Amino acid sequence: MKEPKQLSVSAIENGTVIDHIPASSLFKVIQILGLDKISNQITFGTNLESKKLGRKAIIKLAGIFFEDDDINRIALVAPEAKLNIIRGYEVVEKSVVKVPDQIIGIAKCVNPKCITNFESVTTRFKVISKKNVALKCHYCEKITDQEHMVIL
Amino acid sequence: MNTKSLVSIDDLNTDEMVSILDLAEEFEKQPSQALLEGKVIATLFFEPSTRTRLSFESAISRLGGKIVGFTDASSSSVTKGETLNDTILTVNNYCDLIVMRHPIEGSARLASEIADVPVVNAGDGANQHPTQTLLDLYSIRKTQGRLDKLNIFLVGDLKYGRTVHSLLMAMSRWNTTFNFISPEELRMPVEYKLYLDKLGLKYYEHSDFTDIINEADIIYMTRVQKERFSDSMEYEKVKNVYVLRNHMLRETKENMRILHPLPRVNEIHKDVDVNSKSYYFQQALNGVYTRQAIITRLLNLK
Repeated sequence: MKEPKQLSVSAIENGTVIDHIPASSLFKVIQILGLDKISNQITFGTNLESKKLGRKAIIKLAGIFFEDDDINRIALVAPEAKLNIIRGYEVVEKSVVKVPDQIIGIAKCVNPKCITNFESVTTRFKVISKKNVALKCHYCEKITDQEHMVIL
Repeated sequence: MNTKSLVSIDDLNTDEMVSILDLAEEFEKQPSQALLEGKVIATLFFEPSTRTRLSFESAISRLGGKIVGFTDASSSSVTKGETLNDTILTVNNYCDLIVMRHPIEGSARLASEIADVPVVNAGDGANQHPTQTLLDLYSIRKTQGRLDKLNIFLVGDLKYGRTVHSLLMAMSRWNTTFNFISPEELRMPVEYKLYLDKLGLKYYEHSDFTDIINEADIIYMTRVQKERFSDSMEYEKVKNVYVLRNHMLRETKENMRILHPLPRVNEIHKDVDVNSKSYYFQQALNGVYTRQAIITRLLNLK
């Protein structure tokens, strides 16, 4: 038995805990999931120590459960995020985010001559590489790689 | 065709491509057919491209269609700040098909999603120009009698050349061997070489324009443009290296043909024009038949 860890934020009864978010991506995750626009009780912790990530962030969402398609949208900014589904203070399910096949919105096309950077069009990408995430623009067909990715 | 618009060469599968080439062959035999009678085609040229526009308008006219449109953005409402969305929604009311040339990449895909009528991409910035690719394929098939197992030489600006990239992608469907001849700065981008590696197709890169061309079935020439060089000294060094001259063709294959998307500047010396291996002006004519085929196919008239 490992020693019980000291939690920096209090436990929730029912809901979802998103763990292993890089601290620098916390606000992007909040934005992508629209957490600033809902009335549920949410606890954020950031700059928590993590062996894997250095500094990580954690989000605890009371009474919220995500569909895969919704939660996978954060894969671009938090590719190693882990989800814990909580019911009655117990973790009933664990999962990891997966990079989806298509990204709609979220990212900006890196090509300055792309129509999505001129007209108000929602960006659309086909994910052509999931490991080092690379996105092919549905419109200009240019590749946006992880290094140059800008989250809208 | 699965899609009602032609935006990217990748929108077509191999059968659809071949079927368009077959139809273009029919138009070559009988160019004047009143298939577009009573139809209105919009040609929206947000940037001038006289050659492409005339080719499309010739194709439409030979089919008996009427043309509305503009020849550059300064004569359209774009200068008043209208969005592409609004221009397309408006023009959509006036025509049966839209031919569009636009300097912004991806504009044609967006237009095809806004319009109810088919959209033919006549070039969207550095991205796609699928009717050029189809007329290139038509010219290759017509002169070689086939598309498979050919040795294609691409010469000049292989880095920024939209036409050579699309041609490479299209010809890679037919067991093609590629030879790339270009200055160091303008070499074929690595993504295309990786693509050929993945397909197991052979390609060779050369920086010298030598008698290696004797192996060619097709030499596809492109312009080396001054503005592509960050260092103008480099341009001065290479500008006369990638010029095709008549004497270089002596030992080339009898059936080899020289293609060029035009306009040429000096990369094909005028003395090549009299050589029966020059084919670039016939290639331009083939563009009319190919565009006739594309338009009639998109409108389900053939």
